[in-house]
Amino acid sequence: MSVVTENLDLWWGGFLRSLGIALWGAVGSLAWGTVLAVFRISPVPVLRGFGAFYVTWLRNTPLAIVLFTMAFGIPALGINVSFYAFGVTGLVLYTSAFVCEAVRSGISTVPTGQAEAARSIGLTFAQTLGLVVMPQALRAVVPPVGNVIIAMIKNSAVVGAIGVGGDLFSAYNRLTSAQGYAALPAITGMAVGFLVLTLSAAGLLALFERRTVIAR
Amino acid sequence: MSAPTAVLFDTPGPKARRRTLAGSVVAGLVLLVLLVLVVVRLADRGQLDAELWNPLVNPTDEDFPVVWQRIGDGLRVTLLGAGLAVAASLVIGLVLASLRLSLGRVARTPLVGVMELLRGLPVIVTILYTDILLRAVGAHRGPLLSLVIALTLYNCVIIAEITRAGVQSLPKGQVEAGLAVGLTRGQVMRFVQLPQAVRAMLPALISQLVVILKDTALASIVLTGIQDLGKIADQLSGALDNTLQTYFVIGLIYIVMNLALEQIAKLVQRRMSGAGRSKADVPVDEGVRVTGGQNV
Repeated sequence: MSVVTENLDLWWGGFLRSLGIALWGAVGSLAWGTVLAVFRISPVPVLRGFGAFYVTWLRNTPLAIVLFTMAFGIPALGINVSFYAFGVTGLVLYTSAFVCEAVRSGISTVPTGQAEAARSIGLTFAQTLGLVVMPQALRAVVPPVGNVIIAMIKNSAVVGAIGVGGDLFSAYNRLTSAQGYAALPAITGMAVGFLVLTLSAAGLLALFERRTVIAR
Repeated sequence: MSAPTAVLFDTPGPKARRRTLAGSVVAGLVLLVLLVLVVVRLADRGQLDAELWNPLVNPTDEDFPVVWQRIGDGLRVTLLGAGLAVAASLVIGLVLASLRLSLGRVARTPLVGVMELLRGLPVIVTILYTDILLRAVGAHRGPLLSLVIALTLYNCVIIAEITRAGVQSLPKGQVEAGLAVGLTRGQVMRFVQLPQAVRAMLPALISQLVVILKDTALASIVLTGIQDLGKIADQLSGALDNTLQTYFVIGLIYIVMNLALEQIAKLVQRRMSGAGRSKADVPVDEGVRVTGGQNV
């Protein structure tokens, strides 16, 4: 296990970088995914169509393909930002499709009577959604969206694997290829790092679920 | 339109219809402008040039047969890997589910621990880990087998969880009736609980197949020597010097395969619900809730 104890700095730095990817990915995909969900249930057919097209497209493409297209294809358009930004953007574009579907399924758990009551006292679509349906739906949405976010934390390893630099995966790559450490203990170190991330995220989610759950 | 959406707004009157139309026009224009901007940019940069697309889409191009032969080879590896992983995960997943349900609290703990660990690891890490571990113990038989084993390790746990949710959602009377007619616990699991649970969870199970198919592409990043569709995309884009175009076409192939799987799922589901099956079937929404988000 000398590969872990001798290089604690590198592992810690990698852990923080992976955490950073996960946090930015969570913020971005929650925001964009919610917007997409609103598109998909809005009365405007063009927005509904766009939402459906986007979700179908991104949900059925492997993340690796999305990331490679971002990292190598977008620079061909003359847009050049850091690999890190490409990686996080690709992760957000991909994950938001799943967040959108989770939010939509949460909205469908709100009893019809709620929306009907809101409409019958004269609220508009925006008011019905914003004041009545969404506050209840967001609670119902916590478990599925939480699962999506945990899956996204795992997917952030893919972002590292294609070479963002500085995260847990590249710590592993550096130690094994450049410094000649044995692969098995090194990857065990990386696996533990990711397990800490995902299991603590799962724990937080369970806590949060217990607080937000409502009896119906 | 789906039911929940229909109640969010009234049947539009003339005024609301005008507003919706205006919204449609504005949104449509914005999307159109964005699309035009992207296309113009692509054209400016020479990304729409025929020489970049021809090897992929023009049958008369000299590279076309070779390119599609390679894509076909990659497709075969991808489908083989996914198929083997699916079969193995299904079998092991069902066994795991019944084990977890029938073991006592103490005997169950180590099993649940291992399952949680496997579920918490990123698949890409599991793939690399499996490959390294197999090499370390001298049981390495090529990258494809490593991929299949890793995908099985991860997905059999997910499938076990899906099945368990299905079994636990069955009414208690099912087990009681089974025991009452003299079946053993194991027989009740095999002949009463699992068949109903699997039928109820079929949509979730099939959408897990989509995940397995997509996850095969991860192997091309971490395993050397595998020749799956993802790796072929990598090699072709290097040889043809057209990253954007190759990944676009390969991405489309994945989308078509996954949409086909999704259609099969819908078909199966309609057949099942149309045949007047037992009331124990979990409603689709329930299935979505129980397994929600696993298929990311």
